[in-house]
Amino acid sequence: MAHTLAQKILQRHSDEEIRDAGQIVRCKVSAVLANDITAPLAVKSFRGMGADRVFDKNRVYLVMDHFTPQKDIDSANQVMVTRAFAAEMGITHYYEGGDCGVEHALLPEQGLVGPGDILVGADSHTCTYGAVTAFATGMGSTDIAGAMALGETWFKVPPSIRVTYTGTLPRWVGGKDLILRLIGAIGVDGALYKALEFDGPVIDALDIEGRLTMANMAIEAGGKTGLFASDDKTLAYCAAHKRPGAVRLAADPGATYERHVEFNVTGMEPVVACPHLPSNVRPVSEVRNVTVQQVVVGSCTNGRIDDMRQAAAVLKGRKVARGVRCIVLPATPSVWTQAMREGLLEIFTDSGCIVGPPTCGPCLGGHMGILGDGERAISTSNRNFKGRMGSLKSEVYLANPAVAAASAVAGIITGPDRL
Amino acid sequence: MHYQGKAHKVGDHIDTDAIIPARFLVTTDPVKLGENCMSGLEPDWVSRVRKGDIMVAGRNFGCGSSREHAPVAILGAGIPVVIAHSFARIFYRNSFNMGLLLLEVGDQADKIHDGDQLDIDAAAGTIRNVTTGDSIAVLPLPSSMAEILDKGGLVPYVRERLHSQAAR
Repeated sequence: MAHTLAQKILQRHSDEEIRDAGQIVRCKVSAVLANDITAPLAVKSFRGMGADRVFDKNRVYLVMDHFTPQKDIDSANQVMVTRAFAAEMGITHYYEGGDCGVEHALLPEQGLVGPGDILVGADSHTCTYGAVTAFATGMGSTDIAGAMALGETWFKVPPSIRVTYTGTLPRWVGGKDLILRLIGAIGVDGALYKALEFDGPVIDALDIEGRLTMANMAIEAGGKTGLFASDDKTLAYCAAHKRPGAVRLAADPGATYERHVEFNVTGMEPVVACPHLPSNVRPVSEVRNVTVQQVVVGSCTNGRIDDMRQAAAVLKGRKVARGVRCIVLPATPSVWTQAMREGLLEIFTDSGCIVGPPTCGPCLGGHMGILGDGERAISTSNRNFKGRMGSLKSEVYLANPAVAAASAVAGIITGPDRL
Repeated sequence: MHYQGKAHKVGDHIDTDAIIPARFLVTTDPVKLGENCMSGLEPDWVSRVRKGDIMVAGRNFGCGSSREHAPVAILGAGIPVVIAHSFARIFYRNSFNMGLLLLEVGDQADKIHDGDQLDIDAAAGTIRNVTTGDSIAVLPLPSSMAEILDKGGLVPYVRERLHSQAAR
């Protein structure tokens, strides 16, 4: 049968013939991921399973990114559990402290995931790696513990929704806007139990960083994964990031999709997701007189070098408004270093931003930028649930880095062309 | 298994940050997590719950993060069953792995009101609303979940597989 891209990758890892969506299949996994929040629970389950070694010490990735640098005694103790486990199992890819970056920015950059892989991670934004044509999906700690022990897991073969973008992408409109537009159209459960598969001339022209931003938010539509075919751009990205010999993969011609959604992006303006759901999407010009006290540029969604460049392009020669704390968190050590070399960090500090370390921190209300009662933030991250960044009485708006930076300067939510 | 308890209704798209906010994820202790269950929806929500009570939700319950702390917090609060119109995918797997029973009922979730007394026969797949007299059929479990439940959860399931691999 003609396979969707999701089915095609699953088939590469399973002995059973994939015939239909809904079928339950066992698949070998290429790699398994957990972080400082989810790994301790996985370790607990792993012990409970009576496992004494991981399936492959080179293919278990442990990234202590959420509360790094350790924010309090409890979070430091949690990391100690994982650090001891990593040492005991001889895990090669254990990241903590100065090595550590936000996991979904770090793994593709380090060549730890690529086309045709199946990667399961104890983090819902594991779906990010669909940008480099990996079937990647989030699971809980115990599922991850099982995969660490067995090197395999089960999947329900998802039906796919095909999403096509046509037209010409205007300036200041990027991957974030494309994915928010989709989530706004289909809703936060529009892709529940399903895969998203992106294509069209706009996608062909979009760089890998923009695709990573889009795949990252597949889960915000309930999706199991968000996939892009691997093309010349993918192969070039992989070759430049310690992953030579990556394969080309695309859906079979004639594959069956549950639904086909199409967008023409010509003339589109940047969008903002308003509180308290990522589907509450409006064009930025329709979000009026919304003051902000905090701006966050970073996260697994938009913390890569191109995101830093976008924010810096807006902030250069301008000042962050009084009463606004603008926090810039390059997502990995190498993004940080690159931003420094390009002079972006100087632009940020000159304009009055706070430049912090690679961390998930404020995105999930962990640390390094928490909202008080009634405070409001605009953030380049992926979730604006009630209380996500702090107080239950606070609000989070989601946007691309240029809109976030422009809002920092204006003190109210605004697009970069309105400054 | 048989469950009896009072229904506590919550809405659509209840996310994992509502079930257990991230600032409480510095522990894996079910009791500590349970004390803060649903505090992202309403502080002290959990104070209304008595052991054995049942949560009843709308669409897409448990959306958001992969944190297994979410079903652990619900169990820690003394709630053994969640009934919903539908569940988010990762939360669904996690709950069965952790031993929290989920019952998907579609639009029939509307037949349950806050405070109704429920009587659940999990094996038969039926929910009886004692307060209104309504009867609700539960959608059947996927075979993979049934197999894992059969073994008593994913931990014993994997333990058994590792054991049989070692024996070979």
